[in-house]
Amino acid sequence: MVRAVIGGRYDGSVLDVAVNAGTRHFVAQRVTAIILIFLGLWFAISIIGIDVFAHGVVVTFVADPLNVFLLTLLTMTLAYHSYLGVQVVIEDYVHANGFKVASLIASRLAHVLIAIALIYSIFKIGLDA
Amino acid sequence: MSDTKSPLSPHLSIYRWPITMTLSILHRVTGVAMSVGLIVLCAWLMSAAAGAADYERVVSLLSTMIGKLMLIGFSFAFFFHLANGVRHLVWDVGYGFEKYQANASAWFVLLLAGGMTAAFWMLL
Repeated sequence: MVRAVIGGRYDGSVLDVAVNAGTRHFVAQRVTAIILIFLGLWFAISIIGIDVFAHGVVVTFVADPLNVFLLTLLTMTLAYHSYLGVQVVIEDYVHANGFKVASLIASRLAHVLIAIALIYSIFKIGLDA
Repeated sequence: MSDTKSPLSPHLSIYRWPITMTLSILHRVTGVAMSVGLIVLCAWLMSAAAGAADYERVVSLLSTMIGKLMLIGFSFAFFFHLANGVRHLVWDVGYGFEKYQANASAWFVLLLAGGMTAAFWMLL
């Protein structure tokens, strides 16, 4: 799979730290994508299954230990996948060097902050309930 | 120069926009949209963690006409990006590159995403 895409430069070490950053980006984007297929569908189906308008119901759902685990995995994978995607978009469309670097740093910061807020909320509900 | 069988560069007056181009653009647009949507997901979970009063406030904001339209948009973005993402993964392993296959999978993904969005809101 990876061999076909990076052609002659394939060195046999897909997940090795020695492979170049572009390949690591490619692999990370696909790995997170595959995780998100399952967790995304799980989340959509779960949302259908509960009364999302009732605070008590939502808190009970989030506080379930298995759901704390799955929601943490989902939101962290989402944040990472989103960060990887936004990075590509910035690199494609922002050409002024200073502004490009500033945008990349801003995106990274924003995604880290969102990830912290998400994980804090999930754990707060999980520990309070 | 007189060889009329050689392909001409896109003739803009008779150029038909391919469906595959629309999907390529939509994949990016829905991806970026959902990156913004992460903020909404975050607000939803934070308000749930903050308590019933704050949760009610966020839910009532999301229940307005604009809020609902936004959520329908996010849900379509989610189902579209998911379906088209699988289409990309199939390409990654080397299948579906023929023109008729790419066109067929494009329409399939569009219909599937629309159907999943409709089903989601009917079941919710």
